[in-house]
Amino acid sequence: MKTTMPKRGKSKFQATKINPKRFHPVQIRYLAILLPVALVMLLPLIFIFNHAFKPFEELFAYPPTFFVKNATLANFRNLFALTGASGIPMSRYLFNSLVVTVLVIFISVIISTMAGYALSKLHFKGKKTINEINTIALMFVGVAVTIPRYLVIEKLGLIDQFFIHVLPYLAVPVGLFLVKQFIDQIPNELIDAARVDGANDFQIYGQIILPLIKPAIATIMILSFQTVWNSSDTSSTYINSDSLKTFAFYMGTLTTNTNAVAGQGMAAAASLIMFVPNLVIFIVMQSKVIDTMAHSGIK
Amino acid sequence: MKSALGLLASRLAAPKKVRDSHPIAYLFVFPYVLMFLIFIVVPVIAAILLSFTYFDTVRLPSWVGFENFITIFTNDVEFMQYVIPNTLKYAVIVGPGGYILSFLLAWLLAQLTPKVRTVLALIIYSPSLTAGVTMAVLWKVIFAGDETGYLNMFLMNIGVLNEPIAWLTSAKYLMPIMIGVTLWSSMGVGFLAMMAGILNVNQDLYEAGYIDGIRNKFQEMIYITIPTIKPQMLFGAVMAIVGTFGASGIGVALSGSNPTPQYAGQLIVNHIEYYGFTKYEMGYAAALSVVLLLVVYAVSRFAFRLFGSKDE
Repeated sequence: MKTTMPKRGKSKFQATKINPKRFHPVQIRYLAILLPVALVMLLPLIFIFNHAFKPFEELFAYPPTFFVKNATLANFRNLFALTGASGIPMSRYLFNSLVVTVLVIFISVIISTMAGYALSKLHFKGKKTINEINTIALMFVGVAVTIPRYLVIEKLGLIDQFFIHVLPYLAVPVGLFLVKQFIDQIPNELIDAARVDGANDFQIYGQIILPLIKPAIATIMILSFQTVWNSSDTSSTYINSDSLKTFAFYMGTLTTNTNAVAGQGMAAAASLIMFVPNLVIFIVMQSKVIDTMAHSGIK
Repeated sequence: MKSALGLLASRLAAPKKVRDSHPIAYLFVFPYVLMFLIFIVVPVIAAILLSFTYFDTVRLPSWVGFENFITIFTNDVEFMQYVIPNTLKYAVIVGPGGYILSFLLAWLLAQLTPKVRTVLALIIYSPSLTAGVTMAVLWKVIFAGDETGYLNMFLMNIGVLNEPIAWLTSAKYLMPIMIGVTLWSSMGVGFLAMMAGILNVNQDLYEAGYIDGIRNKFQEMIYITIPTIKPQMLFGAVMAIVGTFGASGIGVALSGSNPTPQYAGQLIVNHIEYYGFTKYEMGYAAALSVVLLLVVYAVSRFAFRLFGSKDE
């Protein structure tokens, strides 16, 4: 079905189909635009990698150098040797971030896929209202309500509780929207057939819906990961105890609390520690997101 | 074709439409709805209520009616003179600009073979993985105001500049830098969704298009690709809008002060934070929040009208 070679007599543009199987000289012009763009995108990232490994002299060399010459782990050693305000080691913050991130991803995937299934395929009173409100909430800008949210959390007695890192990130309107959109595309006949065969809603959810919406799940996992791992908001707003704060927050304090000179190298090292897990997770997931989206039959 | 099938399916299912309701559905939606109510609905309602009060966090809020809103639009000089023009400028370039750029890049990438595409897509996507505010530390190094700054050094070496420019504290350059940095990191999930959408377009549609006389890549994009990937286009648009209005901490992070130098990078979220956390005028800050939420809502409605499907 897919045309791999251009047919004779057809105009040249047809030689490059979307998602071509093999290289064709016509693709060079697309590459001519994309390669410079990719280079621009890449430069700051190369810079972080180089900066993080620069020894002290190179960080403040004049004229400044882009690439590292004598790579060293000194910045990382300094970073890990540094302890927080109350003598709390950096690893503790990293551990907190890890736990928070894993919890958020796991719980938010479960609650949004469950809700997505009900809102897409089940019939109940209030369904339409919930869908409408969630669609409106897509346009919700979280930072706008930082203050009232704080007041609510205070009323609930959740200030300075570890779980407040997790709870605000569980209901993600965009996540639910995406999941529901995907489930909408699963034919009702499939579910009706399962029902006729005696499956209950939990079985339908677990054995039919979940396997079919893997791309949506992967996408919301990436979304949640990025938001939570990179966020310092919960730490700075709702948490007072130093031992409960997260790595992203700690990073932000590096340049303000330590002297700027020593801070720069450590901040670069910390930026790298923040960035690399994001990158790894994405590389692991991206084949799933793009491939499954392209090859799965749910359209 | 897909929608025709869907229509057919719903037609066929129509007689059975009056099915029994599923009370178990409430169990399925309960956890989500609960979290949604506590952390989104209640705070929004609280913001609306607070916006009609004077509240300094010490004494109880006192009702002032529309006074806050009237002040915003008649008496808040910084808001009218800097915050609105800045927010508009930033939003127009980063929002639609970033959005169109994501689409074009996604489209260009779809023209390549899988391996090359995967590598380039990864590179273009990865800046969105960096945490905006933490990256500010490194931007500060690159845009440092003296000759040790990388940009200054580079421009002086190639002879464009004679003396260093204090990029981040300059009213003239702060906004363009904010826009550039944000665009750099804006090829995010919306970009991926659009790329996956483009790759997913049924090849037969193109074949049919060629027979119907589609003559070049541009026509192909306008008449086949875009109409087919509307759901992904809408998703990308909403992501762009919310991201644009929400992620505005970048100016403060770059310049290191709120308000930003001469209000050059002052966006509406900075204005809210300034009133809320620096001046403790919570009622006024809440009124600003309500204005922001309404603006985002209005802009998003527009996107829904552009790309939305009928059942929205």
